[in-house]
Parts: sequence; structure tokens; C-alpha cells
Amino acid sequence: MPDVLTAPLVVEFPFTRSLGPVLSAFLTGLRERVVLGIRTRDGRVLVPPAEYDPVTGEDLHALVRTAATGTVTTWAWNPAPRRGQPLATPFAWVLVRLDGADTALLHALDAPGPEAVRTGLRVRVRWAARRTGAITDIACFEPCPPGTDAPAGPAVPHDGVFPDPVTILTTPARLDYTYTPGRALGRHLAALADRRITGERCPSCHKVYVPPRGACPTCAVATGEQVEVGPRGTVTTFCVVNIKARNLTIDVPYVYAHIALDGAGLALHGRIAGIPCDQVRMGLRVEPVWTGDARHPDHYRPTGEPDAAYDTYKELL
Amino acid sequence: MTRPGRPGPPGAREIAIVAFAQTRHRRATPELSEPEMLLPVLREALDQAGLRPGEAGFTCSGSSDYLAGRPFSFTMALDTVGAWPPVAESHVEMDGAWALYEAWVKLLTGEADTALVYAHGTSSSGELRDVLTRQLDPYCTAPLWPDPVALAALQAQALIDAGETDEAALARIAVRSRAAAATNPYAQLRGPVPAGDYVVRPLRTGDCPPVGDGAAAVVLAAGDDARRRCARPAWIRGMDHRAEPHALGVRDLTDSVSTRLAAERAGAFDAPADTAELHAPFTSQEVVLRKALRLADGVAVNPSGGPLAANPVMAAGLIRLGEAAARIHRGESGRALAHATSGPCLQQNLVAVLEGPEREERP
Ligand SMILES: [Zn+2]
Repeated sequence: MPDVLTAPLVVEFPFTRSLGPVLSAFLTGLRERVVLGIRTRDGRVLVPPAEYDPVTGEDLHALVRTAATGTVTTWAWNPAPRRGQPLATPFAWVLVRLDGADTALLHALDAPGPEAVRTGLRVRVRWAARRTGAITDIACFEPCPPGTDAPAGPAVPHDGVFPDPVTILTTPARLDYTYTPGRALGRHLAALADRRITGERCPSCHKVYVPPRGACPTCAVATGEQVEVGPRGTVTTFCVVNIKARNLTIDVPYVYAHIALDGAGLALHGRIAGIPCDQVRMGLRVEPVWTGDARHPDHYRPTGEPDAAYDTYKELL
Repeated sequence: MTRPGRPGPPGAREIAIVAFAQTRHRRATPELSEPEMLLPVLREALDQAGLRPGEAGFTCSGSSDYLAGRPFSFTMALDTVGAWPPVAESHVEMDGAWALYEAWVKLLTGEADTALVYAHGTSSSGELRDVLTRQLDPYCTAPLWPDPVALAALQAQALIDAGETDEAALARIAVRSRAAAATNPYAQLRGPVPAGDYVVRPLRTGDCPPVGDGAAAVVLAAGDDARRRCARPAWIRGMDHRAEPHALGVRDLTDSVSTRLAAERAGAFDAPADTAELHAPFTSQEVVLRKALRLADGVAVNPSGGPLAANPVMAAGLIRLGEAAARIHRGESGRALAHATSGPCLQQNLVAVLEGPEREERP
């Protein structure tokens, strides 16, 4: 088996979410070093506040303020923090029931080691120095110093009103992958490195797939026989691109076309150059132009042959 | 409530799992695309059921684009099912067990007589512990990037605090599961592994499932069609799925109310089962599920080795249904429970009750 091709693939984008009245008050409160919960009809206080009662489904409105101190209800020692987690040094994940609340909040606890943590430990919020209206405005929890660990009183009503409330939460997310193309596409990419364009033939219906994806979607069997196609081909359809794509150096307008390479059972797509846009037409015969050490043709250009007859490519449209 | 002696909800069609196939699950499959991994599994399941590609009345799959980071990867997978000319097809961004549920409902409506259900996951393409944080509540939980081991460890500590288990008992679950997998050629870990160091205390490497790639496929068929395709159809006597509140701090992590409710509604408590395939990726979660499902000591729990032996994410739940059905196909079980889960700390749970033909009512 040839070496497996791999490539790094980073998926990264910010999620932007509107908050609604309950989460807006909660996250704005954190910015102001105030912890808000919400009271259900049967008197339970939920922190973080929920918009709907998780038991009855009723919508909830009665915001209350709880203390920034609480009790660990369960914990787990994390010896190797991962990217994005609240602390870069070993810490305990904790569920903390804040004084005045009936449910627990997930966060990190900064402690010297697992021997310093137990269920029932009294803890308090350590506020982040820079707060924006996010759960990370709580930097983490820390153990209450001795003598300061008496539980605070019950939650008190709060109107949830703050100046300049946070209404949108933007959270970045990044995930790192290793892309591998698989058997069929891997062979196709290996051939491209030698400036050969290959497809794979279905053993049942004999259609040649370019680029190959490993299976014939009509017959549901693996394709296997590698077939070199082209290099010449026929424009089956095309469009004129007038909007410049970000990060692309190609000047507009340019032509983007479906090209049925000779011997291929379906068209692939590529850019057409070396001919004015308004002269590109269905049936135009083209060939690939390779530049530098790029793995794919830079573009396709006219061969000068007579146009292909419509009947020769109508099944490939 | 199900009527004794007859598969399925009252007045409903009889529907059975008649075929099951899976990959030999591995840590990584860099030489295969997802369709290439799926193709032999689909073919094996269809061959067992005597179906040609594209012949099933309905096709439903489960997978997540986040695992391999490839948008709409499930459409690529459709290349493998004979989807052209177009077939009746659906996809869930969930474990394949929920695809099976959708297919079961489709067959119950009478719109199809057979269904192909499949699932696949390529966890090796990314960092699974990071990827799975993205399924959490995006406002108050996901920004902290708590990974699935961390959340399972919080649940395990709650169980230890409640006196329901301890680290030694958890280690025994790990050893029993992987020893059982010695006879399962598809499992990724086929023998006990060391308890190892803490990943997130109190869970050690031995308490956590292996990360790996894999796929599975199941064929459903109705009534006499099922009897023609399979000597011992695994009749679906009932199936239900329920979810917990999404906030972890609202839940009692030592219990699984949703599993118990799903089991009740599936008829799991109407008669004792001899086998249970439980989707408990972490040892501590088996403790919760045994309690919720009221499993007696004699029940064979995860005779396949379960997810501690192979846990291809998005397929591992469907594999529980498939393994339970295969035990019935082979005559090793007369009544089996299959459970699938999704989300952190057993967030959402599906329970199915499968029975062999000896419990059928004959006219
Ligand atoms: Zn074919």
C-alpha cells in the first residue's frame, strides 16, 4: 500500500448566539459580579437559571440573587488540563451548589491537589479580572479560607436589570483534525502528483468516476480498476464568475466550467482561461495547464480542436 | 403496554431485526474513507437479509460531521447504499440507534416492509475529547470545554460518595467486559487491560472506552417478510427513548430516570430478560444502568464486551441493538434488552426489548 496521504484540517469559527432575557441577565450579572438564579413555581432555585422549568416545562421569570459561595456536590481531579479549559494547571472539575440555590453549577476549582478536595467542601467564586458577560467571568472556584465558610442566607429577589446588558454571546470554537482521503481518492491524488488524472471504473456498470470516491452510487459496489482519463476534455456547462472570492488571487470575471475529460463518466470542475469569457461555450474542447508543483491543474485552456457534438456529452450534463 | 405474546405495540405490525454486521473496530483507519469503511458492512448485512443494494424500502443512518470535521459527510456515505436512482432515505445526527428507531417507526406506519439502518464514526480524525465538548449547552457549559471523561468522572465520584460503587468495583466491570470480548472478533480490546493511571480521577484509563473507528449496519423487516429472511428474527417488542434535563447540576447523576422511563414504556419490566447490551462507555455508567433497568444478577450484561471493548462513536449504540439481536439469531438469548445513550453522563437513553420466536404467539 502506498503511504497514506494526510493533511492538517482546522475547523474554526465563532458561534454568535442571542441570549434572551434570562441568560442575558445571568451573564450580565456575572460581568457585574452578581450570581443570579431563577425560582420555579414550587420554590426551587436553579443556578444557572433555566428559561423553562426542567420538570414542568413552565416558562420562568422570577430571578433571584444567590451568594457567590457554595458547596461542592461532586468533583473530579483533572491532572492534565486541555485547551480551552478554565485553568492551565491541574484542577478539580466541580459541581457547586451555591448558597441559596437548589441545583449545581459546573466549573473548575483551583486547589493544590486532589487531597484538598472533597464533596461538601465550601468554596467561593474567584472572579476573572476582565469580565465580558460569559460563564468564564467566573475564573474558577477556590476553597473558602478557614473561618469564612458559614453558608450565606437564602436567595433574594432581583429584577435582573443592569446597565448595558449583554444580549449576544460570541464563543470561538476550534477543532483540529487530520484529513485522510481514503483508498480511491488517495490513489487519484498520488497520480495527480505525476500530472496524470485518473478515475476508477465500476465493475458492474463500467462507469468511470473522476474523482473516484471508492463506490458506485448506482450499483453500491467498490470501484477498483484505475483508469487514466483525459488529459483533454469537453466543457459540458459553465458560468461566468463576477464576484471575487476571499483569499483568491484570480481576477474576475473568469469562467468556471464542468469538464468531461475524455473517458470519464462524469464531469469535474475547473477554471477556463486563455479565451475571452464571452467565447466559452458548451462543447468547447480544453486541456489542463499545470503550473509549478501544484497537485491540481491551475486551469484548462482551449485545444483548438473543433467543438464536440452535443450528443457526445449530453449524458454528462 | 405491550400485549403478551405478540411483538410490538398493541395492534402494530410485527417488526424484527433480521441482520447485523459490523467492522472490526480499530484505533484508526487512515487508509479508508468513510464510504470505503461502510461498504463491506452494508453488503454483509444486506446479504444476510437477502436484499440487493437499493432494495430496502427505507434507509436511515446516524453519524456526526463533527467527528471527522467533514460537513455533510453523510451524503458521501450514501454512495454505498445504491442511492441512485433515489431511494427513501433519512439521516440523524445521532447514534445509529436513533436511526433504527426512526426506521422502526417508518415500518410501523406500513410505508415500508424493510429498512437498512447504518452508522459510522471516524473518531481518529480529531481529538474526540475536544470534539464532544461541542455537543454541550453553548451558554454555560461548552465555553469551559469539559470533556466526556471529566463529566463521567463527576458522575463516578457522585456514585462513590453515595456508596453505590468504589474504584475496585469499577475495575471489575472493566476486566469482565474486556474478558468477554475475547470471543468477539470485532472488538478493539479483546482482553483485560491494566487499570492504568487516572485520566480524570476517579476514572482511570481502564474505566474509559477505547477511541476508535467503526461502522455497523442492521436490517429490519416486518411480519412474514422477516420470517423469510431470518430463521430466528429478533422481534422488537417495544422501544422508547427519553432525555434528562440538559443542565448537569439539575440531575441526580447517580440515577437515570430517563432510562427507567424508556424501559417502562418499551415493556422491559413485563418479563425478565436473559441478556442486556448496555451502552455504558464508562464503567461507572454500567452501575447506573443496572439499577435503572433493575437487572438481576443472572442477566448476561454486555456478553459482547460492550463499549469498553469497542466504542466507535455514533455506531456503538446501534451495535448494542445489533449484538442483542445477534444473540437471539444464534439462539443464545430468548429475551434481550438493548440500550443506547447519547450526550454526557447518560443524557439521553433508548431502550429496546427484543425477543426470539419461541415467545411468539402462534395462531
Ligand atoms: Zn456501477
